[in-house]
Amino acid sequence: MQATSDRFVDNVRKALDNDILQQALGNVRVNFIEKRSQAVAGLPEFEDLREAGRILRDRVLADLDTHLLAFEAKVQAQGGHVHWCADAESARQTVLKICREAGARRVTKGKTMIGEEIGINDFLEANDIEPIETDLGEYIIQLRHEPPSHLIAPAVHVTQQQVEETFRRVHRDLDPKRDLREPSSLLAEARAKLRQRFLTADVGITGANFLVAETGSSVIVTNEGNGDLTQTLPRVHIALASIDKVVPTLDDLTLLLRLLARSATGQEMSVYTTLSTGPRRGDDHDGPGAYHVVILDNGRSKMVGTEKQDLLRCIRCGACLNHCPIYHAVGGHAYGWVYAGPIGAALTPALIGLEHAADLPNASTLCGRCEAVCPMKIPLPNILRHWREEEFQRGLTPPTVRRGLGLWAFVARHPRFYRLVAGLGARLLSGMAGSRGRLRSLPLAGGWTAVRDLPAPSGRTFHALYRQRRSGGGGKAGGGAA
Amino acid sequence: MSDRDAILAAIRTRKRPAAHGEPAVAPVPARGRIDGAARIDLFVRMAEAAAASVKRLSSPEEVPEAVAQYLAAQNLPARLVLASDPKVANLPWEDHPMIAHRTGPATGQDHAALTTAFAGVAETGTLALVSSPETPTTLNFLPEHSLVLVSAEDICGTYEELWRRLRLATDDGVYWPRTVNLITGPSRSADIEQKLLMGAHGPVKLHILLIDP
Amino acid sequence: MPQSASARPGNQTPETVTPRVALFVTCLVDLFRPSIGFAAIKLLEQAGCEVHVPDAQTCCGQPGYNSGDSANAAIIARQVVESFESYDYVVAPSGSCAGMISRHYPDLLSGDKDYAERARRLAAKTYELTQFLVDVRKLSALDVKLDRRVTYHDSCSSLREMGVKAQPRKLLAAVEGVAFSELPDGDSCCGFGGTFCVKYPDISDRMVEEKTGNIAKTGADLLLAGDLGCLLNMAGKLKRQGSKIESRHVAEVLAGMLDEPAIGEERREGER
Repeated sequence: MQATSDRFVDNVRKALDNDILQQALGNVRVNFIEKRSQAVAGLPEFEDLREAGRILRDRVLADLDTHLLAFEAKVQAQGGHVHWCADAESARQTVLKICREAGARRVTKGKTMIGEEIGINDFLEANDIEPIETDLGEYIIQLRHEPPSHLIAPAVHVTQQQVEETFRRVHRDLDPKRDLREPSSLLAEARAKLRQRFLTADVGITGANFLVAETGSSVIVTNEGNGDLTQTLPRVHIALASIDKVVPTLDDLTLLLRLLARSATGQEMSVYTTLSTGPRRGDDHDGPGAYHVVILDNGRSKMVGTEKQDLLRCIRCGACLNHCPIYHAVGGHAYGWVYAGPIGAALTPALIGLEHAADLPNASTLCGRCEAVCPMKIPLPNILRHWREEEFQRGLTPPTVRRGLGLWAFVARHPRFYRLVAGLGARLLSGMAGSRGRLRSLPLAGGWTAVRDLPAPSGRTFHALYRQRRSGGGGKAGGGAA
Repeated sequence: MSDRDAILAAIRTRKRPAAHGEPAVAPVPARGRIDGAARIDLFVRMAEAAAASVKRLSSPEEVPEAVAQYLAAQNLPARLVLASDPKVANLPWEDHPMIAHRTGPATGQDHAALTTAFAGVAETGTLALVSSPETPTTLNFLPEHSLVLVSAEDICGTYEELWRRLRLATDDGVYWPRTVNLITGPSRSADIEQKLLMGAHGPVKLHILLIDP
Repeated sequence: MPQSASARPGNQTPETVTPRVALFVTCLVDLFRPSIGFAAIKLLEQAGCEVHVPDAQTCCGQPGYNSGDSANAAIIARQVVESFESYDYVVAPSGSCAGMISRHYPDLLSGDKDYAERARRLAAKTYELTQFLVDVRKLSALDVKLDRRVTYHDSCSSLREMGVKAQPRKLLAAVEGVAFSELPDGDSCCGFGGTFCVKYPDISDRMVEEKTGNIAKTGADLLLAGDLGCLLNMAGKLKRQGSKIESRHVAEVLAGMLDEPAIGEERREGER
């Protein structure tokens, strides 16, 4: 998928001015946060599970190659195929080859962020193969030619009215006078439309929430059941997964599943959690004739062993997005690529290059709410700070900022000079504000005063007053106001 | 160098031991670690909380009657597709000749299906269904109404117990099924302005027939 | 999370030995509102401490640290370590600066063989003001009265780096006359974030608007917090909105030092 992360500031402006988006984002803030909170409160062991999950993932990453090879061996033992792809182009070509060999014209898709990452839909279309998104949210945005704006709720930025408009525009064979005021009627329409596509697809492409080495299985987690129809009905099932998805055993899988739905939607368990292993067995009446797992690297192996490795613990629950005040303000598209919110800000520079996503790690107050809710305890603020350090070292920080920081550091390193400057500054700003006590505008501080007043300093610094009181009266300083 | 070699090499040169030592055994939530009637009650409570309906029966012979009642209550034609598993196919359907039935995988035309679960998990009110020639996966997804038979003795407390049973039944993974479905309630979506709607692509209703003598 | 007070080094038995506490004033308090520093001293003395204000302090180094300039941040951090390490405790009227010293100095100086251990020791005895008063000094009674309807904003650093939430509330409950309302969505960032508010003013504005909307919902006429950066941001927005809600640092209220006009309010004639 083409990234627009380097136009973050423009993207933000558009997002803040978009009233419909702002209305839609209001739902995110209220619903997801409340539901997760209730689910967590309902499981006393939740914090212990977070810690155990972090340890598990770290253990796997410390020996990632071994676990991936164990997974591969098991898949092959069950009659499936594993394809290792170093980058997006390799993955696209691999998927195309499998589709061509199957004589595929039509491909149904379950939700897959890896699919977005490699831009598989556009690529298939360019090669005369029709991709059909089946997750309701993905279907909606496919019709609207938009990318997803959230990890698990891809159409969270779309209002009901917009869904109706889109369905009326695209489903032209249906009665124009039909009543679509109820959301259930929209769902029923999508269900009916997609039922036929499910039944006539040649190939089904899904993602994989996890890969289980013990059994050679890919795992998908949905509420709709679209992933299951996608992978059961066609002749071929392709599961797309990144290298970090592997877990050793079914019990390890269970640990992560106990964290996933609760963190994502506040459910105890998503409606459909499915393990797929190899093609249909000899006497099965349904299931695909061929099973392929495409394992994608795309920059992740480079993160192993670095301070960015913790990002590979991510289980794509979306809790960080749901709790991020920046995401609440600007939504997912502003981030300009596949992954949004705190994980997007931290991961995107690693996958597409820091110079193409320089704003993302900076657009954060490092408030830490993401890390507090991350089921994998990923130290997101620390990682964002690491990116800022790298930007500084590589000279990507804007010159004005560098100069300002350098100036401040110089002053802070020289206390006597600092006292002088602080004293002058306090007097100056206090004088400018006069008896009003605040400034409506201030040169060089337009970013602040454009939207809020600047309370004025009282006129003298603490250190000056403290020194005065100590020399002036002796004894205790600070009892009562001046 | 193949992509596979390149990826493995990249990981091998970079991987570092984890900072912490031997991991403690992950905690198994206390909720599912119960037995007997309390376990069955938990299963029913959690399944119902996930919008499944549960009908407790004292013997398998009561199933066809329960199915007839369900279809009537839902205003459905008295017709469904059955799993060919003996637990389902060998029930006394001949006592209910009004119910038209066939066995096999589901097609796009079936309104209702009855299959049997490998087990249940009380911890979350979840059914574990396993693909086989006798229990095809399409029965769980294509019809609007999914009816599933499960015995109380097959209700596990926790997922750990479920996997133990499944490993045993598959000769420690040698005969691992193509598909294992963990199903908790009927299909739903909240993709339209966060409004919860049932019956997205999978069944609109999940009706559990629990044999609890 | 900070270790329990009794497990941390430098903790003399509170009742018998007078601890030597070094006040980390913070650059914002120094420049904008010294009364907070004096209020902190009063409270610490009230809690039986001997308060010192090390001469060479300027800034904790956070602006540079959060902007990626770790080299300069480390230089400043070493200065702070040198100035403060000889005291029993370091207390700051700011979760943000206390968090910088307590949570980040060890990482920042971990590669410095002369300072790594010294930074860890300093980190272990650094506290936010209300945290120190309640958890270490067990202060529970205040001889202060204030008839106001009050709400409290928890700064992100206080909440998540220092584990401060109950402590300011406990102390406010000891102020006679205060009617307290919790802030809805209270753990949501106010949008200050140091340089963030000037680098991304649009997003910051949206966040502070959200915050002031919630403040208004509480029905409070006085906003309190433990961090002056957050207070300047929120008070600045409230005043721009024409709101009558006043803002102060919680130390001012706890110390009964309210002669100074609230943050950003008009100054009475002759007041400096």
